[in-house]
Amino acid sequence: MNRFNPSIWQVMQAKGYSRRDFMQFCGVAATVVGLEASGLTQVVQAFETKPRPPVIWLHFQECTCCSESFIRSSHPIVADVLLDTLSLDYTETLQAAAGFQAEKSLQDAMKNYPGKYILLVEGSVPMKDDGVYCTIAGKSAEQILKEASKDAAAIVAWGSCASNGCIQAANPNPTNATPIHKIVGRPVINVPGCPPIADVMTGVVTHLLVYGGLPELDSQGRPKEFYGRRVHDTCYRRPYYDAGLFVESWDDEAARKGYCLYKMGCRGPVTYNACSVTKWNGGVSYPIQSGHGCIGCSEQGFWDNGPFYQHLSAFPGFGIETTADKIGTIAAIATIGGAAVHAITSNIRKRHLRSELRTESATPEKSVEGGDQ
Amino acid sequence: MTRVVVDPITRIEGHLRIEAVVENGKITEAYSSGTMVRGFEKILKGRDPRDAWAFTERACGVCTTVHALASVRCVEDALSISVPQNAELIRNLMFCAQYVQDHAVHFYHLHALDWVDIVSALSADPAETSRLAQSISSWPKSSVGYFSDLQKRLKAFVDTGQLGIFANGYWGHPAYKLPKEVNLLGVAHYLEALEWQKEIVKVHTIFGGKNPHPNYLVGGVPCSINLNEVNAINSERLNHVGKLINDAITFVEQVYVPDLLAIAGFYKDWAAIGGGLQNYLAYGDLPTKGYNQPEFFKFPRGAILDRNLNEVHEVNGKNSEEIKEYIAHSWYSYAGGDSVGLHPWKGETEFNYTGPKPPYEFLNVDGKYSWIKTPRWKEHAMEVGPLARLLVAFAKGSTEVKDVLTEAITKLNVPLTALFSTLGRTAARGLETRLVVHWMKGFYDELVANIKAGDVTTFTREKWEPSTWPATADGVGLTEAPRGALAHWIRIKDRTIDNYQLVVPSTWNGSPRDAKGQRSAYEESLIGTPVANPEQPIEILRTVHSFDPCIACAVHLYDPEGRHMHDVRFY
Repeated sequence: MNRFNPSIWQVMQAKGYSRRDFMQFCGVAATVVGLEASGLTQVVQAFETKPRPPVIWLHFQECTCCSESFIRSSHPIVADVLLDTLSLDYTETLQAAAGFQAEKSLQDAMKNYPGKYILLVEGSVPMKDDGVYCTIAGKSAEQILKEASKDAAAIVAWGSCASNGCIQAANPNPTNATPIHKIVGRPVINVPGCPPIADVMTGVVTHLLVYGGLPELDSQGRPKEFYGRRVHDTCYRRPYYDAGLFVESWDDEAARKGYCLYKMGCRGPVTYNACSVTKWNGGVSYPIQSGHGCIGCSEQGFWDNGPFYQHLSAFPGFGIETTADKIGTIAAIATIGGAAVHAITSNIRKRHLRSELRTESATPEKSVEGGDQ
Repeated sequence: MTRVVVDPITRIEGHLRIEAVVENGKITEAYSSGTMVRGFEKILKGRDPRDAWAFTERACGVCTTVHALASVRCVEDALSISVPQNAELIRNLMFCAQYVQDHAVHFYHLHALDWVDIVSALSADPAETSRLAQSISSWPKSSVGYFSDLQKRLKAFVDTGQLGIFANGYWGHPAYKLPKEVNLLGVAHYLEALEWQKEIVKVHTIFGGKNPHPNYLVGGVPCSINLNEVNAINSERLNHVGKLINDAITFVEQVYVPDLLAIAGFYKDWAAIGGGLQNYLAYGDLPTKGYNQPEFFKFPRGAILDRNLNEVHEVNGKNSEEIKEYIAHSWYSYAGGDSVGLHPWKGETEFNYTGPKPPYEFLNVDGKYSWIKTPRWKEHAMEVGPLARLLVAFAKGSTEVKDVLTEAITKLNVPLTALFSTLGRTAARGLETRLVVHWMKGFYDELVANIKAGDVTTFTREKWEPSTWPATADGVGLTEAPRGALAHWIRIKDRTIDNYQLVVPSTWNGSPRDAKGQRSAYEESLIGTPVANPEQPIEILRTVHSFDPCIACAVHLYDPEGRHMHDVRFY
């Protein structure tokens, strides 16, 4: 064992994982960003032979803020995305067809491009009472999701609803609103936020389509490109926090000088998102810049992490170097490699993802290492 | 007789299903069903009332902000808080920005494809489109080369064989009446509007930090004003807002309204279709002397019955005899039975799904068939939305509204009664946008003048701390969402939410019939609508889209005793 550059298998052995765990890990590794074990090749082929990759956008329990955010994208503008970048074959918000013809568009995309279409999902899925709380064309959200995810090349969860259940999953979660990664039985790229920033959404799509398809993910399946930093650590008001200069009351003199909003309940210190760097709507502003604290809308369970105006008594992981993974409960395995790796190992530990092993990944050790380093 | 099911109704917000019976080429019966619920009210119970705006704002991401506004108002009403003038003006600016963006997106991206045949635009003569464009507007993007290049791009797109969002449309349907050249103009402005709409929402970003779902605050607005500070609303931020408003005025005056009138001119037959209900309700909004003086709202409050424009009835959201909700055909049960109506402050709701187990083909429309409850005003079914707002304003003598309406109907050479229709509803939305975008400039000028005079206050502090609140307090927050009358009812007890209810526009318009069998607006307006080809029911889409359905917003839930209860509303 090379102690300076151990293989994944070596590291896992050292951590006490079995060979069986390792083989599961390998199967999952190939799919960690939502690609089937052999799917990446298929997707690449699809992109080469078709001018625009086919995309299906499903809507379940949501408020459509993700779709609205998507069309706010400033670079690229969404008209160019729709005409030049991808073929959005199904989206209830924008498509011309309705009813039977809309269903046909969905079926056509699934039938004509098995293993080659990107599935984007907006909204959570109500799992209570046979799913009667969300039906489309007479089918339950769960039935539609399972059908559409089966042959998808990659699956993206748009927004907090699809990623973590968002508001309808807030206590007491009356319809058992469930994030999609708990239903599809395979990995999902989570792009949380209520909604996600428009340019983050088009950035994730671009990353999939243009840069070879593999954004690095953190332990919650979020692209590190946009969710690797805390709002607090990149906030332009951070110096006021460090200097102990705080807003004490709305519209007081400190507020008028733009001091730190920590005491007003700002969730920036526990929220991973791109708001303070990418900003919103073409870089115009973000919540803190406009005087209101961050409510943490990209974090799991943020609705129950309130009340919003009660300030955090303490938060873990001070320091600009901190990432979501390092302060999470799975910090112990962070040394294995990139976030994608411990996403996988933690999933194995939790026995959430089984039966993903494919014979094609019989020699995955090398490719996994290659993919992670 | 043919049973037509349109599910999903696309190009709307949310999940809506229409079942219609077509006989001899006309709709003889129609059923509107909301097929998704989430459960907001149960989730709100026990929380801090000052947080409610953030929860309820998530009722809808299309008409984002309007629920936040209704929410802060109901809390302020309960606690007797008056917000500073600057806060009122900033809220008005955000309200107007929402209308302008939302209405334009509805016209071009949710509704236009019912009237504009994209495929036909491929064979248009760009020179003729250019001539036409320049004859109706001074909008500069109107050269032959511009339309020619656009047409080439469209052709290249179609030649890929991947039509994306335009696949399986009803292209070539005989109900499409526009000349090819107008279709090409429509496609050009579809794309331009898509790019433009992301600009005007920056008003939300500047004052509220983001869009969709900008931030609000009970007692004022969260942004502070300081002309000597880069970290606050300063001259640069205000200049930015000013430019966005000026650009919006240009777009609405030179693109949206000319397109609306040009397209409407080819569809005058739709001024006699889809009229539906004869009663209209508006809560009114855009305060000019504070929220508690509705008589000075830009959009006045009132109700019209039987299309009688000579009389406007007063509306009181707090009167328990005025607004009631029924569940005769909705998947709920009331302790008092299915035939009673309940005022929102006393609203009770319990899930009672009696529909078919999915997957299903048809709903049992003789029984309960929707997650939407059925609200009534003094037992009347009411239409809400832009048409209702303009009619109430017209009947109350607003000269601004009268002038805009008169100019439009004169240009189209139709009588005022043409407004009672599918076409009238769509036209009202555009004409209202024209009014709102100019009012927006007025509010902006007023804000600038206030700041210049030294008033920078944006928040009322006195009642912020819960220790200053009474043991119990009830409030109502009324507003006008782009789609119509919206209200939130709150009961605060021991400083937390004891009960929270929303009655939203698409509840009024899209609900199933009531216990007496009275249809609501979508259903009533579909009766008599011609359907040339039941397999391509574009006519159903035209009328339903004319209301701008917004269905997700509605889902809320209420449970006084820990039982599985709730209450669904749609927006």
